[in-house]
Amino acid sequence: MITLSHYLVLGALLFAISVVGIFLNRKNVIILLMAIELNLLAVNMNFVAFSHYLQDISGQVFVFFILTVAAAESAIGLAILVCLFRSLHTINVDDLGSLKG
Amino acid sequence: MFQTVVFYVFAAILLFAAVRVVTARNPVHATLFLVLAFATASGLWMLLEAEFLAIAMVLVYIGAVMVLFLFVVMMLDVNIDRLREGYWDYLAPGLAIAGMMVAEMAVVLVGRKFGLLTMPAPSPKPADYSNTREIGAVLYTQYVYAFELAAVVLLVAIVAAIALTLRRRKDSKFQDPARQVAVRKQDRIRIVSMPAEKTVSRDS
Repeated sequence: MITLSHYLVLGALLFAISVVGIFLNRKNVIILLMAIELNLLAVNMNFVAFSHYLQDISGQVFVFFILTVAAAESAIGLAILVCLFRSLHTINVDDLGSLKG
Repeated sequence: MFQTVVFYVFAAILLFAAVRVVTARNPVHATLFLVLAFATASGLWMLLEAEFLAIAMVLVYIGAVMVLFLFVVMMLDVNIDRLREGYWDYLAPGLAIAGMMVAEMAVVLVGRKFGLLTMPAPSPKPADYSNTREIGAVLYTQYVYAFELAAVVLLVAIVAAIALTLRRRKDSKFQDPARQVAVRKQDRIRIVSMPAEKTVSRDS
């Protein structure tokens, strides 16, 4: 029988994988954005699991709002990325140090 | 029993896809593995009787956000070799931190607190139960203010994304209604007085 801990541990593993992804892909902004999406997926998984096991629909409403904000975030992030690539022709984080004194 | 098998298979696929997202060399492959991860997660949510969110996940994430990602990834012509320099340098600290996080959470989560005794699996819903109706019933009453704010957030995102990526091209043609309205007759037409044609006699 599947318990709540199964889902919570799955969420924790997903979260850990995305954190490793942020460490490994620290130069590639696109993969960084994808790792953030994975992060949010892990959090959403916990919300849905708790909502199911506690029989409380509010958790699913919260996931709905997280989906909204995540969609807005990735849209703006990708727009900034396209802007950046047009002006600098790179998406390497190391090359984006123009604000450095 | 069937649910247990489905859970383990889906969880394995989900974790594999997540690992491939962060390790894939080609960004297009990473995006496609992220699509696989979202589809699998949607299956797991279906298992948790969150049908509305599972479908919304497929429609919003796979249908819209991931297509946007694919679009941008394919549009940008990036030099992957430069981005992969020193890729594995931070593997050890990353794995250490991730392993520590998983271990800490497992200590808290695995055990009696979240087991079947304290949180038993709820009985399956009847066939005429509608998850969408339940969410709608609280979304438009209790959370209506947050719902409106979410709409405003999306509007701001649209405006910001368009404003960031809009660029004026010199050769693009567009209308200026103010100038169209302000135009006068003498700007556009010129009356030329020309001598009349010579009359031609009929009998020639």
